[in-house]
Amino acid sequence: MVKLKFLDQPPRFLFFTGKGGVGKTSVACATAIQLADAGRRVLLVSTDPASNVGQVFGITIGNQITVIAAVPNLAALEIDPQAAAKAYRDRIVGPVRGVLPESVVKSIEEQLSGACTTEIAAFDEFTSLLIDSALTAGYEHIVFDTAPTGHTIRLLQLPGAWSGFLEEGKGDASCLGPLAGLEKQRSQYKAAVDALADPKRSRLILVARAQQATLREVARTHEELAAIGLSQQYLVINGILPQAEVAKDVLATAIFEREQNAMASLSALLKSLPLDCIELKPFNLVGLDALRKLFTPAVSINTDSDATSLAIEVPSLSKLVDSIAKDGHGLVMLMGKGGVGKTTLAAAVAVELALRGLPVHLTTSDPAAHLSETLNSALENLTVSRIDPHAETERYRASILASKGAQLDAQGRALLEEDLRSPCTEEIAVFQAFSRVIREAGKKFVVMDTAPTGHTLLLLDATGAYHREVSRQMVGSDVHFLTPMMQLQDPKQTKVLLVTLAETTPVLEAANLQADLRRAGIEPWAWVINNSVAAATVHSPLLRQRAANELHEIETVANRHAHHYAVVPLLKDEPVGMERLHEMATSNY
Amino acid sequence: MSRIQVFDPALCCSTGVCGVDVDQQLVGFSADVDWAKQNGANIERFNLAQQPMDFAENNLVKAFLERSGEEALPLILVDGEIALAGRYPSRVELSRWTGIALVEEQPKSGCCGGNSSCS
Repeated sequence: MVKLKFLDQPPRFLFFTGKGGVGKTSVACATAIQLADAGRRVLLVSTDPASNVGQVFGITIGNQITVIAAVPNLAALEIDPQAAAKAYRDRIVGPVRGVLPESVVKSIEEQLSGACTTEIAAFDEFTSLLIDSALTAGYEHIVFDTAPTGHTIRLLQLPGAWSGFLEEGKGDASCLGPLAGLEKQRSQYKAAVDALADPKRSRLILVARAQQATLREVARTHEELAAIGLSQQYLVINGILPQAEVAKDVLATAIFEREQNAMASLSALLKSLPLDCIELKPFNLVGLDALRKLFTPAVSINTDSDATSLAIEVPSLSKLVDSIAKDGHGLVMLMGKGGVGKTTLAAAVAVELALRGLPVHLTTSDPAAHLSETLNSALENLTVSRIDPHAETERYRASILASKGAQLDAQGRALLEEDLRSPCTEEIAVFQAFSRVIREAGKKFVVMDTAPTGHTLLLLDATGAYHREVSRQMVGSDVHFLTPMMQLQDPKQTKVLLVTLAETTPVLEAANLQADLRRAGIEPWAWVINNSVAAATVHSPLLRQRAANELHEIETVANRHAHHYAVVPLLKDEPVGMERLHEMATSNY
Repeated sequence: MSRIQVFDPALCCSTGVCGVDVDQQLVGFSADVDWAKQNGANIERFNLAQQPMDFAENNLVKAFLERSGEEALPLILVDGEIALAGRYPSRVELSRWTGIALVEEQPKSGCCGGNSSCS
């Protein structure tokens, strides 16, 4: 057995964090099993929305501590953040349903449907596990597989804000909104925060893949969590392609080189963390045997080395663009979780439309900007602009503080600043920047690599801010007016493309996004599955296994989730520049 | 001292910064409430999104919601009676209801300083 750094003298609480699809549930499960096998009493806690912990052990776990009979010393618990939020909503809204007017009840429900509510409700469930109690007294280790990065950051950030809020006793409920409904346990929140920030008790393990984008995101998570006191951090890079796979396979060679490059260019910040690497396994990480083998080096697989897995026949991105192009103009928004390749696909869609001779404006929030830069002046009818979410948020904050906060005293200013640090602020700021561009979509194609969530749209629409503003300007005229919400809801004017990967968690996350948009009356027009190995031709046994695993997910998307769909194969070269983007859109059927 | 109850519309935060545009009134009012509390005022805010029961249990507030809808909020009660609706009070109004002297008019050593009551 390889000695893994993150498993060396582990403290009581172990947290695994990383974006969806990096394999943190598998790593957390394998960790829990290893500790239990070593004779420690372990509780495994999963908040994965696709929770397969029960499936892994072949039993139903659910929202209560369940003993895993197959592994002595191990018990598990599943927390469903959505269900926790729903329970919280019901607690608040239930008693006034039928008492207050229907429209009022609806408005309350929407306010409580945002990410903040989900996180606070989930953290509320976490709290009882982080404090000393009879419930957890019997466990030497509690292993958490937390929800995806952005979610986790805010989840963990909140207690810091909370305790500041509680100690200083600032009066208002503020952005810590739902705290009002949970405030009975103030001292418990404080205790939970203390446990998190105590390196003797808590260890944070960042799980990533050897990909530039994923590593960038992990670096951000590292900084943000270090800033709130979680100083003891470890890095695990999961699913690295072993060198043995490189032989005879161009794609495997390209992946291997790309991964090694990503590892070599690890930022200084991440380099300073204790690092463990876990190799890609040829088997599915389901079942005890598989999980016990996760931390061991891959043995070369005994398969027919001449076998080839041919690319499956699936619709290409170019086919999808054919249908979009028919409209002549309109808004195309690519949505999806971070790291699935929205920016690249937005660029590819824009290039395809432009190559068909149509006027296109591509707007990206590409943090690296190299992709958008290579496209500038590539085609006459293609313009590229960039919105920097951080810059937009800063500008929004600064402008609010300067205008609205100008007359406030120090106390009032502090309160306003606190609220401007809320997660909604960035989304609102970016949305404002985008709504300036949206207007162009009446004459040309506007392609964007991001979009507001359904919740934000509903919130903005519910407050009626846009509606009222537009109506006010239209008073006395018979001109037909259109709010951004109406524009987004009309499939003739707006096409939403959901971007995902052919893996369980990313598909589930995209399905959640779709449900959220539907709530806002927006029907996603198509799904795009990116980086598909199944859509490529491969020889490497490992990649062939991955291709086979993808088939089920692609089928789910095609049959259950999407009206239209396209699959973009995993490419040998990074799709930068016009030619490669075009190749990406047209390389399969 | 009079009891002031403020019934806010469904807000995600009390300063309203989560809205599409920050409402200057809300920002100012949050600061004013803070000021009044520092001076010992008995003032409470109820957010429709977080404490709907407080709206449902107060007949005056409930009837107001049924008659005029959420758009007509905020509603401000002073000692249980409607004092203002549809907008937030100014610091001058808060001062009148609570008896807290405005700083610019009253030197700090005045009879109403700190938590002592003049009423």
